[in-house]
Amino acid sequence: MRLEQPEQTVTFTFDGRKLKGVPGEPVAAALMANGIKLVARSFKYHRPRGVMSAGSEEQNALVTVGRGAQTEPNLRATTLEVSEGLEVFSQNAWPSLRYDMLAINDLFSRFLAAGFYYKTFMWPRSFWEKVYEPVIRRAAGLGALSGETNPDDYEKAFAFCDVLVIGAGPAGLMAALTAGRAGADVILADEDTAMGGRLLREREEIDGKPATAWVAAAIQELANLKNVRMMTRTTVTGAYDQGTYAALERIAGDRAAGKPLECFWRIVAKRAILTAGALERPIAFPNNDRPGIMMASAVRAYVNRWGVAPGKSVAVFGNNDDAHRTAQDLQAAGIKVAALIDSRDDTDITSDFPIYTGAQVVATKGRHALESVTIAYNGGRRVIRTDCLAMSGGWNPTVHLTCHMNGRPTWNTDIASFVPSAENVPGMVTAGACNGTFSTADCLAEGAAVAADVAKDLGFKSRVKVPQAEDRTYAISPLWAVPGKGRQWIDFQNDVHVKDIKLAAQENFRSVEHMKRYTTQGMAPDQGKSSNVVALAVLADATGRGIPETGTTTFRPPYVPVSIAAMGAGSQGKGFAPERFTTSHKASVGRDAPMIEAGLWYRPSYFPQKDEATWREACDREVGYVRNAVGVCDVSTLGKIDIQGPDAATLLDFVYTNTFSTLKVGKVRYGLMLREDGHVLDDGTTARLGEQHFVMTTTTAAAGLVMRHLEFVLQALRPDLDANVISVTEQWAQFAVAGPKARALLNTVLDQELTDEAWPFMACGEANVGGVPGRLFRISFSGEHAYEVAVPSRYGESLFRMLVAQAEVMGGGPYGMEALNVLRIEKGFITHAEIHGRTTAFDIGMGRMVSQKKDCIGHAAAARPGLIGEGRQQLVGLRAKGPDHPLTAGAHLFEKDADATRVNSQGYTTSVCYSPTLDTQLALAFLENGRARHGEVIKLRDHLRDVTETVVVCDPVFFDPTGGRARG
Amino acid sequence: MRITCPNCGERDRREFYYQGDALALDRPSQDAGLSVWDDYLHNRGNPAGDTKDLWFHEAGCGAWLVVDRNTVTHAVHKAVLAEKVKR
Amino acid sequence: MGYSGFQVIKEGLFGQKGWKPVWRDPEPKAEYDAIIIGGGGHGLSTAFYLAKEHGMTNIAVLEKGYIGGGNIGRNTTIVRANYFLPGNSEFYSHSLKMWEGMEQDLNYNVMHSQRGLINLFHSDGQRDAFARRGNAMINQGDDAILLDREGVREYLPYLDFDNVRFPIYGGLYHPRGGSARHDAVAWGYARGADQRGVDIIQNCEVTGIDIEGGVVKGVQTTRGAIKAKKVGIVVAGRSGQVAAMAGMRLPIESHVLQAFVTEGLKPIIDHVVSFGMGHFYISQSDKGGLVFGGDIDFYTSYAARGNLPMKEHVMDAAMTLMPMIGKAKVLRSWGGIMDMTPDGSPIIDKTPTEGLFIDCGWCYGGFKAVPASGFSFAHLMATGNHFEAAAQFRLDRFRSGVGLMDEEGTGSQHNLH
Repeated sequence: MRLEQPEQTVTFTFDGRKLKGVPGEPVAAALMANGIKLVARSFKYHRPRGVMSAGSEEQNALVTVGRGAQTEPNLRATTLEVSEGLEVFSQNAWPSLRYDMLAINDLFSRFLAAGFYYKTFMWPRSFWEKVYEPVIRRAAGLGALSGETNPDDYEKAFAFCDVLVIGAGPAGLMAALTAGRAGADVILADEDTAMGGRLLREREEIDGKPATAWVAAAIQELANLKNVRMMTRTTVTGAYDQGTYAALERIAGDRAAGKPLECFWRIVAKRAILTAGALERPIAFPNNDRPGIMMASAVRAYVNRWGVAPGKSVAVFGNNDDAHRTAQDLQAAGIKVAALIDSRDDTDITSDFPIYTGAQVVATKGRHALESVTIAYNGGRRVIRTDCLAMSGGWNPTVHLTCHMNGRPTWNTDIASFVPSAENVPGMVTAGACNGTFSTADCLAEGAAVAADVAKDLGFKSRVKVPQAEDRTYAISPLWAVPGKGRQWIDFQNDVHVKDIKLAAQENFRSVEHMKRYTTQGMAPDQGKSSNVVALAVLADATGRGIPETGTTTFRPPYVPVSIAAMGAGSQGKGFAPERFTTSHKASVGRDAPMIEAGLWYRPSYFPQKDEATWREACDREVGYVRNAVGVCDVSTLGKIDIQGPDAATLLDFVYTNTFSTLKVGKVRYGLMLREDGHVLDDGTTARLGEQHFVMTTTTAAAGLVMRHLEFVLQALRPDLDANVISVTEQWAQFAVAGPKARALLNTVLDQELTDEAWPFMACGEANVGGVPGRLFRISFSGEHAYEVAVPSRYGESLFRMLVAQAEVMGGGPYGMEALNVLRIEKGFITHAEIHGRTTAFDIGMGRMVSQKKDCIGHAAAARPGLIGEGRQQLVGLRAKGPDHPLTAGAHLFEKDADATRVNSQGYTTSVCYSPTLDTQLALAFLENGRARHGEVIKLRDHLRDVTETVVVCDPVFFDPTGGRARG
Repeated sequence: MRITCPNCGERDRREFYYQGDALALDRPSQDAGLSVWDDYLHNRGNPAGDTKDLWFHEAGCGAWLVVDRNTVTHAVHKAVLAEKVKR
Repeated sequence: MGYSGFQVIKEGLFGQKGWKPVWRDPEPKAEYDAIIIGGGGHGLSTAFYLAKEHGMTNIAVLEKGYIGGGNIGRNTTIVRANYFLPGNSEFYSHSLKMWEGMEQDLNYNVMHSQRGLINLFHSDGQRDAFARRGNAMINQGDDAILLDREGVREYLPYLDFDNVRFPIYGGLYHPRGGSARHDAVAWGYARGADQRGVDIIQNCEVTGIDIEGGVVKGVQTTRGAIKAKKVGIVVAGRSGQVAAMAGMRLPIESHVLQAFVTEGLKPIIDHVVSFGMGHFYISQSDKGGLVFGGDIDFYTSYAARGNLPMKEHVMDAAMTLMPMIGKAKVLRSWGGIMDMTPDGSPIIDKTPTEGLFIDCGWCYGGFKAVPASGFSFAHLMATGNHFEAAAQFRLDRFRSGVGLMDEEGTGSQHNLH
């Protein structure tokens, strides 16, 4: 029922029913205004539940919004804003909220006590996965995901400030005003749709004006301060190291307007002031979960702020003075107060509604909506007809963020709750209700005082001016649980009640962590915000300890649940990692080459032609280009590191196993690099362009790794060396030109004549292309007469097109990764398929490349007994029986007649191909003691693809073993 | 987590690559023997408290840093350039 | 008392009054035949198997906090046997077999669910590496199926197959892989050990290890000195500190690994799924929460909490792989402390001190190892000989280089495994 007629209404639906609501009000308020009390079913017993709170701590009223891919489950009706056309659905109920079949669980609840599932469902064994578990899984869970791809936009952002104020209640507003006036960069964040916190829902005065007027003036002043940024709908969800805070902003407005739904903020603050307020906790009396039983402060919020009456005749039950406020506010709003029930004997309140002191609610009635409560009073029982019970078990300071860095709150007897410990999050101070300071006057004063201190620490001058406000005391006499018939709910969201906690204690789950895990207390989406203290008190009672000795569980981030889409914003689809494109990318795509991922790069797999039905045909043709004419391949993705300085050669001698200081200017040498633990890190060629100038080539995969490694060696191990390294991978476009006609091709594009005398195998130097200064390296990864020609990247695309055009004239063309792979396998050249991090120089037959005349990275560790010797698996070639016997990579190797079992496995294949050059199937492989077994026939077995082949072990260099073609 | 790079100032942890204990600076000689190398490569004091470790400002200036840090509180006390560390 | 459906119904009818403590809380005795330091999963299972398999019942488990409070209570509960290097392969295979009988063995429902695990791969090279792994699994007698892209789509239709940065080439499917209820494993072993006479002593921190002439004599604790002829250290996350009490430096760095759980959701992810192009793995618990994790935070830490960059990376991976997950909400994240070793594989071995044994270095794969680790460590402590399937987990393998098990191939940098 609405207390006054709203100016504007919109239509939304709940379970398909059309309802009127006020735009911006919480769905919970709108449902209440429409007389709807039953809004949800509980998790385990499917009990009917109604709205309980007026904030993000809501335990009961979880709903689903939207349809199809936009379906969003588990939203709190208490923070979800009404808008035109909003579709709200109840969840975890079938076939309907009112008639939910699984409510049968409630009838059998006596058998479903805490942890019952650990004790049964074990027989027969096969039934767990086939019968019990599927049933349990279907019954569990709250809302449902659509299973469809997220269609909405989410954002991530960084922010920086001097002072982050978390929560905009009286303390937070005062803190922001004080720090802002002093000139500090302030971010004031509040999860509500409006600033003001508690003041928005209380009938109080500040400086003689209604509190809401003071709030409006404060917001106005803050808005005028350029150094203050106010963020509503923004929940600070976590505190992290060195003043980093996470925050989730729900973006207001229409999603059709193209705005993201949420933004996940990383806020770096020099200081933070936590003014997060406090949360009211329930009392565990029998059947305290009926729709219509709410937190007393929530009742005030709905009445005072949203103008909605949660009931026609409301009873109030509390153990503290704050409950009285609710009764008075109800009366002021013209709502009948059925009774004020105060569990304390000595309380001084007089009014014209019935007051029962020293009384407790011991029973409630009403299945889908509260009908009456029974109280124990004056030695007797009394039934009070009421459709709404406002309960208050006292207030828990919102200490959550103070626990995120392992801070443990301490027990405060005066307020019967936990308050932040002094040192919790470095750089963060607490003020106001979250600090256990409850009166408005004290909150204002404390907010101002801590902000003044913080401002001063940061070098700002501030003046403290605190307005006059109400200074009510907060007296509480703890009341945790009321005995009686019926379950006394503590964690409403996970359906944990007093007996569950007592059972946990009885079974020796006495540690608070054991109790939590055994009963699931506090493990629901609200993380026990409202319920944990009550549960601790009940456990303390059951185990005969005090609450401080019982301790508390830890609150972990996030403070409120955060959608994965917000924290992972930008990564959906292609956004997960950067895409790197070579200069020939467009040209390759233009030739319909399938582009495949090579680390972050894209490279052409092959260049298809019209008459080719399979990739293999294209690949075989491209291999033929290189073996018989000329092929062109973009190799720019390989890492290129420019190394200069007087000690450049010494550096190379130290990072490579072989020697580079002896390399002549104008020459290239293959080098092998180890990790310090003696295994192969990477390989590649390094060219000496000048006495003190080298260019190193790394594999595509290890480019970043090697760069970091070189910097480490230079800065950390050998700062004595005068050398500098810089990555020039992006600066040069480099193309392999390979095949018997490679020289002829290059002679059509180079500015000077290329001769074998001037450019023998492994020569390097400068070479101009059409007036562009470039570089030429006579190196080969195919075993053919080949070069790599490099030009500054901006000329890459045109050079590629030119080379390809010339190659095609000569009966060749471009080749892709597939052909490149075949060419290198035929030659026994290794890639990271072979140097996969577990191989040593010894394994790949390069033991002799480890110079014994000098130290190098990995030298000592490579000499460990386990890294050398016969037992190790060594690189070999495998030749299949013929072209129709394809081999598979990842197959294991066995002696010819051995069973394919672990103990018999002697190795595995790493790279396989069909060799059009040799017309057979080849593999590179590692085989136990393989170098001594050339000629032996062994078995290859691939269980996964059901391949069994006999293969002949041979040298890994299948083609042109003397290397004459590359030199010719 | 934030680290103050001596070259660049205070930067977010995501700009840095972490390697491990700063004992990696004290590389043994080639012939130091298996045990010394074993200690260098594998064994760690692994303190629950203050430690010195190596970070690389990979997305920044490219400096290798020795960072004084606490492994229990994640407090970062100080960062210096590895090349300036006396050894 | 035995647990059964019948008991549950009986107790339901009589107000749950008959349930007894799942384990006792005895005072520590002055002397035991053996002491296990550490009441986590591995320590409790060690005690259980010492009692059950070797008849050693005069033993105690000393736990500085509450049992099961370490990594067994804060992991992503994945159980699998998909290793490919000798040493690991046979061990995890053995462990999975033990999982398959655990409920009956313990008379405790740990909800071990073999829902199947799918490791996705995103390039030809990754496929080849997974093929090698799958073949090793079958060589060992375990199960593995190589799925192509369409095969993956059949099981996991909700993945992004069309617009993703790293396309899905296929997956290695391990049908016997799955998950379990982590806390229950600790409690089940505790109950089983307690029933066999083992003293489980909580809130008892070991402050020193007494060694005389190279022989262990007992331990000093916050509850007094306790003598023992054999002492086993099983304190993942704190291995370095406890080993230091015996003068040892371990090949271990402690790192924090974060994990995440969403609010309860109706069943949507039926398998354990692991992404190949960024560290991300996910499954859905019986309660309905999506449980997932990624890589360690990479810096050494004892803080049991992590930072945002890795959290965001995990969410990034989730969004690129399965964008239908976006509207699920993380309700809680936490961190555990991992013993990271130089080859990513564990240690179960004797120490230079006679009578002192150590079980550590589980990196972030310790949960699935709980039964076999306890079984193997108990075997070693009781008989002095290595259990065959765990015989390669030697402390000196790094020194010698013999029998390294570097599944990731990243070498001796602890945090890269």
